[in-house]
Amino acid sequence: MLSHDISPQSDSVEVIRLEDVRRRYTMGLTHVDALAGVDLLVQGNEYLAIMGASGSGKSTLMNVIGCLDTPTGGEYWLNGQHVSHMSDRELAGARNREIGFVFQMFNLLPRHTALANVEVPLVYAGMKKKERDERAKHALEIVGLSDRTMHRPSEMSGGQRQRVAIARALVTEPSILLADEPTGNLDSTTSRDIMVLFDDLHAAGHTLIVVTHEHYVAEHAKRVIWLSDGKVISDSMNGAGA
Amino acid sequence: MLITETLRIALLSIRGNIFRTALTMLGIIIGVAAVITMVALGTGAQRAIDEQMAALGGDILSIQTSSWFSRGVARDRQTLTTDDAAALSIGTRHFAAVVPEINNRYQAKYGNMNLNLSTIGTTPNYPDVHGFEIANGRFFSAADEAARARVVVLGAEIPAMFETDAAAIIGRDILIRSIPFTVIGVMNAKGSYGWRNPDDDIWIPLSTAQFRVTGDEHVETISVQVAEDSTVELAMLEIERVLRREHKIQPGADNDFSVIDRKQFVESRQEATEVFTYLLAGIAGVSLVVGGIGIMNIMLVTVTERTREIGIRKALGATRGNILLQFLVESITLCLFGGILGLLLGATASSLLAKFAGWQTVVTTDSAAAAFGFSAAVGILFGIWPAKRAAQLDPIDALRHE
Ligand SMILES: Nc1ncnc2c1ncn2[C@@H]1O[C@H](COP(=O)(O)OP(=O)(O)OP(=O)(O)O)[C@@H](O)[C@H]1O
Ligand SMILES: [Mg+2]
Repeated sequence: MLSHDISPQSDSVEVIRLEDVRRRYTMGLTHVDALAGVDLLVQGNEYLAIMGASGSGKSTLMNVIGCLDTPTGGEYWLNGQHVSHMSDRELAGARNREIGFVFQMFNLLPRHTALANVEVPLVYAGMKKKERDERAKHALEIVGLSDRTMHRPSEMSGGQRQRVAIARALVTEPSILLADEPTGNLDSTTSRDIMVLFDDLHAAGHTLIVVTHEHYVAEHAKRVIWLSDGKVISDSMNGAGA
Repeated sequence: MLITETLRIALLSIRGNIFRTALTMLGIIIGVAAVITMVALGTGAQRAIDEQMAALGGDILSIQTSSWFSRGVARDRQTLTTDDAAALSIGTRHFAAVVPEINNRYQAKYGNMNLNLSTIGTTPNYPDVHGFEIANGRFFSAADEAARARVVVLGAEIPAMFETDAAAIIGRDILIRSIPFTVIGVMNAKGSYGWRNPDDDIWIPLSTAQFRVTGDEHVETISVQVAEDSTVELAMLEIERVLRREHKIQPGADNDFSVIDRKQFVESRQEATEVFTYLLAGIAGVSLVVGGIGIMNIMLVTVTERTREIGIRKALGATRGNILLQFLVESITLCLFGGILGLLLGATASSLLAKFAGWQTVVTTDSAAAAFGFSAAVGILFGIWPAKRAAQLDPIDALRHE
């Protein structure tokens, strides 16, 4: 079991509510509807996998949920707060405190050590150095990297880098963990280790959304939704049958 | 707390690109060094003039033969005489002293060495009025003047020009126009001003110059020291009244002499020097601006290079303000480092100029502080636009940046 505890969210707390969310990319005269009206409800401590063909809008959806991208239509509430009405500062605060984002490309800062990378969100949260160190070390412990705190990304394997990125996503104790193809750049053994880590995090009370192409990754989730052409075409509980 | 972290990131990124950073800073270093050096030169020149002002003592008016022009060439009419000087000293009330000067260049011989020297025939009150002090021996006296004594006082640099020293040459004879003169004193060094260097002049009694050397009564200059209880204006009027009477100039006709207020002259030079200082500092300032543009250029490159980092930081909760501050701090740090190095370089250059070119230079704390503030301002001014561009980046666009 994991050694840290987060405030356990009861299943009935609504973390994410999307209503008819649209994202249109306009390029000159043509346009692409990456999201063509998505409705989605995610409760606390859910474990959700998003699947779909390449170009179906999975990353776009994750970026909208992660407050990195702004939808061109529809409404989005995060923990009951209306994201569509947030200012730049409030959006930054939401990314900092409510969201933990894990990218396919890791996106670590190359000149920083593992510890410094994990501390970045805490710096923007305005936390003091000593507390930052403690929290970051604890997060690295959770992902099993206590012995790599002073390594730079270039001195670590892909799996280790992704663990650092996960520790960084966890360190502010966000209400939701988003991972866009977290195992996309990893071999299958390392991928399985990461998925075990996600299972543990879910068991410890975290809410997770994972985008993936791999069925064995999706099997770890409790709920799977399928996207096609920017629309949800299926939404089912794992094991209950599509 | 966030600012120390911001500073740490700035230093980290500067260190990560040390060669490029050094090249960029070179612009600021040279700019600040140029400003410091130019201002030091200007301040030095200013101070030299201030010292001259102080050395001038009371108000001194200088009367000279006015030039007249014939076929575009200036000619002297040589209208001033020793009699004019006598007329000015007797029965006038606005002058503290009257000092005539007969001024010629003569061959002077000491041992087997020949020099062409500016030889001034004048009265014993010359050192007092012109602010000279005697370093060795004495100046000539009223008795020497009355006796048309063949005595000479040397400027501070003359003994060295004769390859001897002040103490050794006193009591020895030098030949001026083949006439033997006994050296009775050596002046203190005064330093050159403008085209004149009084330290390589020599002085002989007026009467000796008039009767033994030139053989006529003409003088080049008569200096008049204004009396303490009078004014420059009153003294000028009195000079005009006396000399017009002596020269029998008809009412309405022009003066055949001119009166120069040396203090006014120095003051106008002071103004010119001031303008010159600003001009030099301005030109140096342009190089600082060019350095600033270099900073802006490199900051724009940095922002482009680090677009992805900006995206990551935004995804992790950095506000626009955080990003703006980070790049601004980086550019200010660059400029301040450059400013400090430029200050050191400028101070070194100034002292080298003083040492080897002999120019007086003064690096003041004011100009150092100004250079420092200036480079910080350059950092802000030329850093703000790149920093703003970084801050405005959309997180998702920045993250997608290859
Ligand atoms: N910046 C953009 N400009 C224009 N079109 C874009 C942009 N980003 C995405 N799209 C388009 O939006 C659609 C959805 O893209 P998205 O990245 O969400 O797909 P995805 O499901 O994540 O695909 P993959 O599985 O390959 O990652 C695609 O058709 C894509 O071409
Ligand atoms: Mg994708």
